[in-house]
Amino acid sequence: MKEHISKPKLLRKLFFTMLYISSFTFGGGFVIVTFMKRKFVDELHWIDDQEMLDLTALAQSSPGAIAVNAAILVGWHVAGFWGMVFAVLGTIIPPMVVLSVISFFYAAFATNPYVALVLKGMQSGVAAVILDVVFSLGKGVVKSKSWLYLSVMAAAFVATFFFDVNVVYVILAAAVIGIASAVWEHRKEGETK
Amino acid sequence: MIYLQLFWSFVQIGLFSIGGGYAAIPLIQAQVVDHHTWLTMSEFTDLVTIAEMTPGPIAVNSATFVGIQIAGLPGAVIATLGCILPSLIIVSVLAYIYFRYKKLTVLQSILASLRPAVVALIASAGLSILAQVSFGEAGMALRELNWIGFGLFACAFFVLRKWKLNPIMVMSACGIINLVLGLAL
Repeated sequence: MKEHISKPKLLRKLFFTMLYISSFTFGGGFVIVTFMKRKFVDELHWIDDQEMLDLTALAQSSPGAIAVNAAILVGWHVAGFWGMVFAVLGTIIPPMVVLSVISFFYAAFATNPYVALVLKGMQSGVAAVILDVVFSLGKGVVKSKSWLYLSVMAAAFVATFFFDVNVVYVILAAAVIGIASAVWEHRKEGETK
Repeated sequence: MIYLQLFWSFVQIGLFSIGGGYAAIPLIQAQVVDHHTWLTMSEFTDLVTIAEMTPGPIAVNSATFVGIQIAGLPGAVIATLGCILPSLIIVSVLAYIYFRYKKLTVLQSILASLRPAVVALIASAGLSILAQVSFGEAGMALRELNWIGFGLFACAFFVLRKWKLNPIMVMSACGIINLVLGLAL
């Protein structure tokens, strides 16, 4: 389909679509990916179903925000380098504008006693939301019944919470363990063949 | 100098947050609260709250917020560029490989063992926010416990686990209840 429209028109469409999606997606990367699928796969037919699934997996497993990663992938796929640039701009402009406005008023905002009370209450809510996510994600790890994954989880928690080990080292160590276990599995498969 | 520090901090946040929004929280805390002390734990908790209530990735939200607090609008732009730069490079390379070979197996096996570590990191960040809510910046003595803050957390956690209510609704309800209690008591 995308061959039928001119490039500037395509870029404009891509930019405004991402701008629109990004302005209205609250609640994390998975939500935005769902919206992108609805728009780009079901409505515009720029991407097919299987590609969108692969792009989502890639966006999730790469470093950085899922929404930005997904925009990079869709942008490249639909219209090359400039497609990527416009898709990313469309994605980051709405949160930047909203947060800029809030930041400018934050000092006045947070010292207002009523706002402070509301914010304070919402902080309790945010702690609950984050720990709820931890329980949902952690359940998957526990269900895997893999001693390796369970030990990685326990060790990572003890290291950061009790010993203040730098988060970056924890992630690097987990990545090294991942590579090592992939290599080991590969060897084992080779021997049984 | 401050621009360079902001940029570099957010490059690290962008580079090491793997697996979505919540994974970025411990990294942002490490850079912004623990390492550079640009925000207090209380301001950081406000930031996470605001980021949850507004559209967009938490890393971009934080970059804009911290950038403006530390170095105005240019700071916001530089911090945001920093946090998306690793994605731009790495994801573009991966996209090239994917469209060429259409295979992701090695990546997925690395991700499988990163996930448990990321869960632990998010748990750790969540608990430090809970400590902030329950005890404030002071130490963790039981007589310092803020019963309303902790009670709201317990109720919110319960309804989220039990009925899977919309997080934004739950957070707003906590805010309103705290306002009403604060005015009544």
